[in-house]
Amino acid sequence: MAALTGLETVSGTDSRPRVWRGIVFLPAAAYFLIPLGASFWYTIHTPARGVSLSAYGELLTAEGFVRSLLLSLGLGAATIALVLLLSLPAMLAVRLFAPRLRPVMEVLCTLPLVVPPITFVAGLSTSLRVGTDVLAPTPFWATIIAVQDPGFPVVLVLAYVVLVLPFVYRSLDAGLRTMDVRTLVEAARNLGASWPYVLFRVVVPNLRSALASASFLTLALVLGEYTVASLLGYEPFAVWIVTVSGSRGQLSVAVSILSLLLIWLLLLAVSTVFSREKRK
Amino acid sequence: MTASVEFRALRRVFGKTVALDGLDLIVAPGEFVALLGPSGCGKTTALRCVAGFERPDSGAVLVDGKDITDVPASKRDAGMVFQSYSLFPNLNARDNVAFGLRVRKVAAAVRRAKADELLELVGLPQHADRYPHQLSGGQQQRVALARALALEPRVLLLDEPLSALDAKVRVALREEIRRLQLSLGITTIFVTHDQEEALSVADRVAVLRDGRLEQVGAPAEIYDRPATPFVAEFVGTMNHLAGEVSGDHVTVLGQLLPVDGAVPADPAVDVLVRPEAVQVVPEEDGGAEVLAASFRGASVRLRLAVAGGEVLADVPGHEAARLGPGTRVGVRLVERPVLVAARTVTAPTPVVAADAV
Repeated sequence: MAALTGLETVSGTDSRPRVWRGIVFLPAAAYFLIPLGASFWYTIHTPARGVSLSAYGELLTAEGFVRSLLLSLGLGAATIALVLLLSLPAMLAVRLFAPRLRPVMEVLCTLPLVVPPITFVAGLSTSLRVGTDVLAPTPFWATIIAVQDPGFPVVLVLAYVVLVLPFVYRSLDAGLRTMDVRTLVEAARNLGASWPYVLFRVVVPNLRSALASASFLTLALVLGEYTVASLLGYEPFAVWIVTVSGSRGQLSVAVSILSLLLIWLLLLAVSTVFSREKRK
Repeated sequence: MTASVEFRALRRVFGKTVALDGLDLIVAPGEFVALLGPSGCGKTTALRCVAGFERPDSGAVLVDGKDITDVPASKRDAGMVFQSYSLFPNLNARDNVAFGLRVRKVAAAVRRAKADELLELVGLPQHADRYPHQLSGGQQQRVALARALALEPRVLLLDEPLSALDAKVRVALREEIRRLQLSLGITTIFVTHDQEEALSVADRVAVLRDGRLEQVGAPAEIYDRPATPFVAEFVGTMNHLAGEVSGDHVTVLGQLLPVDGAVPADPAVDVLVRPEAVQVVPEEDGGAEVLAASFRGASVRLRLAVAGGEVLADVPGHEAARLGPGTRVGVRLVERPVLVAARTVTAPTPVVAADAV
């Protein structure tokens, strides 16, 4: 989340400076940049050895860096795909065929916000344990084991889908509000479009910015998520950072700065891709 | 490419509201029929049943004699123009028009040529590269019309396509729709709540009330010989004047006029008279007085106080000067058969209904 806020502040620097803007902007910039700058200075400077980037070098070569980062990115991509595939058709269906269910859907999708992750994870691990026992004599046992494969824990994707649901719902809802979904869908149907054609050629192209923001939020949340992954015993990037830095102060700060930079670059890339497609 | 459309005992219920209550109507090939009625009369539901967006609870829609009730919306051969702006915001005018062709995997060059041809047809050849947000409301509806015609459908469905536009554009576009419809010879069903719109463009007007067909006929017939008091009331403005029936004549405002249509058993009736059938002449000792005059350009609508009540009269605009408020006038009704209905006004006071001055 911090990365997202950082992105917004940095992109704000292009705006023409005016006095009152400066008054708002300077404290905000100071609030974000001073701790960052101080942290950065702390990672590269030691009174004994002077300025050196060795902390970063050590980090990049540390065992598990690439693996955990790739795992996190994979989880992020899978979560984005799954949550969009689930929520967009559902939201469209509710809008078109059961508008009265909209409040119900809204409450359901917002629910994960009020459940603390720790409660969520406690329930999840109990379910997995009990589930494994119950399913042991059935063919589904293999499935529940496969879902927990440490190489690519599908169970984390499922958990993250639930966690990001409120944000995705909000983004998509805002996007759908900006267009007359019913009329557009009916116009397309009238012109012979099948339902998948309507979804991918009519709704999705007009929902680009909403889809982009839903993807941003999902990616940011998945990359920074620690509680669930750690308590279920997996090691995506956030967990690896904590593990590797351990008690070494300089390294742990270096790792935060690096991950911040990484996530920020990633979001920037996503945003450029979406805005370029929009201009096309 | 044109087809007949038949509504057969169409019934559709939404919860407690009965939108269509056994609608029967046949639209001939190449005909332009306007479905006219107040909001909630079921006219849009009827149209959506043809488009396939509503499924009737019972009854059927037939196109060219074939029952299409169970055909999905995407497989029906009916182009539709919607009330709200329905162009795809992410596509320019040309791509919007070509959308249906693209769905059918028509080659890009053919699509483009066809779309340009249609944009030319609706008078927007210069606007092919514009996006919907760069077009005015009238232009958007023109593009929507071109888009509906691109697949050369057998039926054209117009769901109040002009109601979001301002008055001048509305008139121009409805003339254009009519011109296009005549030159293409396409069967067209036009839903509207604006009686002037319906009367001015349609071959036949079907007046709907509470999900049923009240009357269907040529515009002049609907206007001059409304089959029921509801039609009389809804199409145009009607004066309700108290009258006394005797035989097949009725006495109203001191005049004896022949009765058109059925005569109710009770001799005390409402006589329905159009404002333009009320003649007004300045008269020093006339029995009526002008209460108000509202200028409408070509005509002036006068609100007159007559013996015991009020009556509306339309007179030519140039007579406005000598018929200002307060003028004493004489009132005569044009000698022609009049419609009567069961008494609703409190006799003997003549009461004015419909849109007052």
